[in-house]
Amino acid sequence: MNFDLSEEQLLLQETVGQFVANECPPTRLRELFDADDGFDSVLWKGMIELGLGGITLPDEFGGAGLEMLDLAVVSEVLGHACAPGPFVPHSLAGLAIALGGSDEQKQRWLPRLASGETLGTVAICESGDRWQLEEWALAADGTLTGEKLHVPFASNADLLVVGVAGGGLVLVERDSTGVSVEEIDGADRTRRLFRVTFDGASCEPLPEGVAAAPRLRDAGLVLLAADAFGAARRLVDMSVEYAQTREQFGVTIGHFQALKHQLANMAVEVEPCRGLYWYAAHAFDHVAEEAERSAALAKSHITDRAMQVARDAVEAHGGIGFTWECDVQIWFKRVMFDRAFLGAPAFHRERAAQLAGW
Amino acid sequence: MDLSYGDEYEALRGELRQFLTRSWPLQGEEAKLGFPEQAALFRKRATEAGYLNRSIPKRYGGSEQPADVLTAQVIREEFGRAKAPGEARGIGTMMLVPTLLERGEEWQKEKWIPGSISGEITWCQGYSEPGSGSDLASLKTRGELVGDEWVINGQKIWTSGAQRADFMFCLTRTEPDAPKHAGISYLLIDMKQPGVDVRPLKQMTGGATFNEVFLNDVRAPADWIVGKRGEGWIVSRTTLKHERNSIGAATQTSVIFTALVRLAQRVEKNGAPAIRDPVVRQRLATLEGYVRAHQYSGYYQLTRDSKGESAGLIPLMNKLIGTTISQEAGKIGYDLVGEDALLAAGERTLGLMPKGNQGWVAQFMSSLGGSIAGGTANIQRNIIAERGLGLPRDAAADRSAGK
Ligand SMILES: Cc1cc2nc3c(=O)[nH]c(=O)nc-3n(C[C@H](O)[C@H](O)[C@H](O)COP(=O)(O)OP(=O)(O)OC[C@H]3O[C@@H](n4cnc5c(N)ncnc54)[C@H](O)[C@@H]3O)c2cc1C
Repeated sequence: MNFDLSEEQLLLQETVGQFVANECPPTRLRELFDADDGFDSVLWKGMIELGLGGITLPDEFGGAGLEMLDLAVVSEVLGHACAPGPFVPHSLAGLAIALGGSDEQKQRWLPRLASGETLGTVAICESGDRWQLEEWALAADGTLTGEKLHVPFASNADLLVVGVAGGGLVLVERDSTGVSVEEIDGADRTRRLFRVTFDGASCEPLPEGVAAAPRLRDAGLVLLAADAFGAARRLVDMSVEYAQTREQFGVTIGHFQALKHQLANMAVEVEPCRGLYWYAAHAFDHVAEEAERSAALAKSHITDRAMQVARDAVEAHGGIGFTWECDVQIWFKRVMFDRAFLGAPAFHRERAAQLAGW
Repeated sequence: MDLSYGDEYEALRGELRQFLTRSWPLQGEEAKLGFPEQAALFRKRATEAGYLNRSIPKRYGGSEQPADVLTAQVIREEFGRAKAPGEARGIGTMMLVPTLLERGEEWQKEKWIPGSISGEITWCQGYSEPGSGSDLASLKTRGELVGDEWVINGQKIWTSGAQRADFMFCLTRTEPDAPKHAGISYLLIDMKQPGVDVRPLKQMTGGATFNEVFLNDVRAPADWIVGKRGEGWIVSRTTLKHERNSIGAATQTSVIFTALVRLAQRVEKNGAPAIRDPVVRQRLATLEGYVRAHQYSGYYQLTRDSKGESAGLIPLMNKLIGTTISQEAGKIGYDLVGEDALLAAGERTLGLMPKGNQGWVAQFMSSLGGSIAGGTANIQRNIIAERGLGLPRDAAADRSAGK
């Protein structure tokens, strides 16, 4: 048995980690968090140059031809750094086309997505918490008329992969007529959300969209789980660091056993989650019969653990933890996104139960 | 035990309805006043009629009525029904007024209590400092008696409502040579004077209700001190006792619970009202167990208090229980708002029901403040363990107290 990342994966994590540490240190992160426009084109360009635009896309289309686990370990690093940007939706858009597109669609879009010439995103949610492909009601009959909610970076994106009635996927170019976007007042300002309204917008179905849509969902669940794991790890680190510097009663607060145990509990909640998302990512490519369920379990378990750890981190920081000025709130809201996007943990736990035949 | 609303209370209800029909909303010229002025006018009348500020002597503007849980309950119900202003809320009525009643000079009570209970005077609590939170007694803000005035220098932080407050009750180090706890005095400070610099701090919810307060050669008359010099710590403990006593905490959690049930009735889960969902029902009913237990403990405590008897551990636990309930309510509410869980926090006005789905996002976040403000959850647990269960005090805390 070798349940560990490869040298290459560790190197990938290190490279990406160093890049975001340099290009998006907490000062820059805060600027972006508070800015009106949360899209940092320079940061995104840098990520693209590192090859993050097409990690799982086939070599022949300019991708790196790697696996879900490679993509997920990057997602973890970006969650750890709380790096703003469209990594998850862009990756999902590419994956959808790679899995469900015609040859012509692949040739047209994948090289551009990999090279960053085209920014992709996914339009999944419909009003009423309807994220699931079985619930999509937006009808695509040559054109689209209706609305999608919570589309990440829709105003910056060039290409939308849109879930439609019947569980299929269609492509819509964002600047085509009949497509309008409006920003939503989202909590996580590192991943800006938009309402997209289609008014007779032209769209192009992915021929294998119905088969690709569940894979798109599972990939999304794994990437969100990995992001939340990274964020939660950081929240634990921030809290431990604070406990080692803040003094009360003449000692650093880390001396108090109550707090020490709280921090230990946070670590115990988070650390084992690593394996859970790794396995889900591995199963996505290699254990077909477990892929769906592992993704559901990873997303529901990890984002829930991460959310509680984020709450605990606020408490461990005392008054400062409750402020906007303290970085904890930025990661807290990152986790809120990971937890709610693509459906809440309870929903995916129910799916996991059903998939087990319980 | 007697919980009946007997004839006596039904008669009271009738009287209350007549009074409220006559008195609220205000009519004619009075109806043109701003809301705070209208509320103050109404509170005075309701107090004269014996319905508000019942535990406060008449000479300080109260109605001085015998304590009675049921009467208080009927009054709350009828005022709520008429949407009439209840007792002025806030740190002044919750903490300062009871402290003055217990420890203040006669002239201090006369000067400050009437305006505080009518809502005309507002207060802020200047306790925490950047270096002194859980270890409050390490505070450094200096007060020096120069002639017949205190001259105060230092910085307070997390001061809720300082931007609106007329006065601050402030813990100040006046005896620098005395041991930690014995060097503190409880001073009252006029906030509307040069040298008081209030800077709002933005909270994680996006709102700004607490502040940094810089005190730079700020002055207070020598006799604006509650208790004697160096007794500030003990005086402030009286205040904390009142904070923990407040039955308001139980009312507050009931308000949130009611709002939560309404939310579950309003939103859908799997195509049916969420309130029909078995998991939601379990979570709500579990929470209600805590809410009702808290509420009845409040009645018990009040009854014991009115007889001058102890309610045991309950008074020490109120704060922690209230925090747990409001956090759990926040989590359930947050889970009920569906995809709106992605949204930023909406406005969340303390004491009122969360409004709309973004109000529940705000509750999810702001309920965390409960485990920090007014002594963190860990400090509450220390209090329960040490003062309630008789366990030994924390060694570090003892050392830093110079024991
Ligand atoms: C919303 C809000 C409103 C507030 N309003 C006011 C106000 O109006 N006036 C005012 O004076 N203050 C106010 N405060 C401040 C509040 O009282 C302090 O934040 C609180 O006492 C904690 O102090 P601290 O922030 O310095 O945290 P710290 O004391 O530094 O605590 C940090 C962490 O260490 C833990 N810790 C510390 N000591 C121990 C110990 N001995 N054992 C175990 N764990 C320990 C704490 O539980 C916490 O998790 C407010 C705070 C908030 C959040």
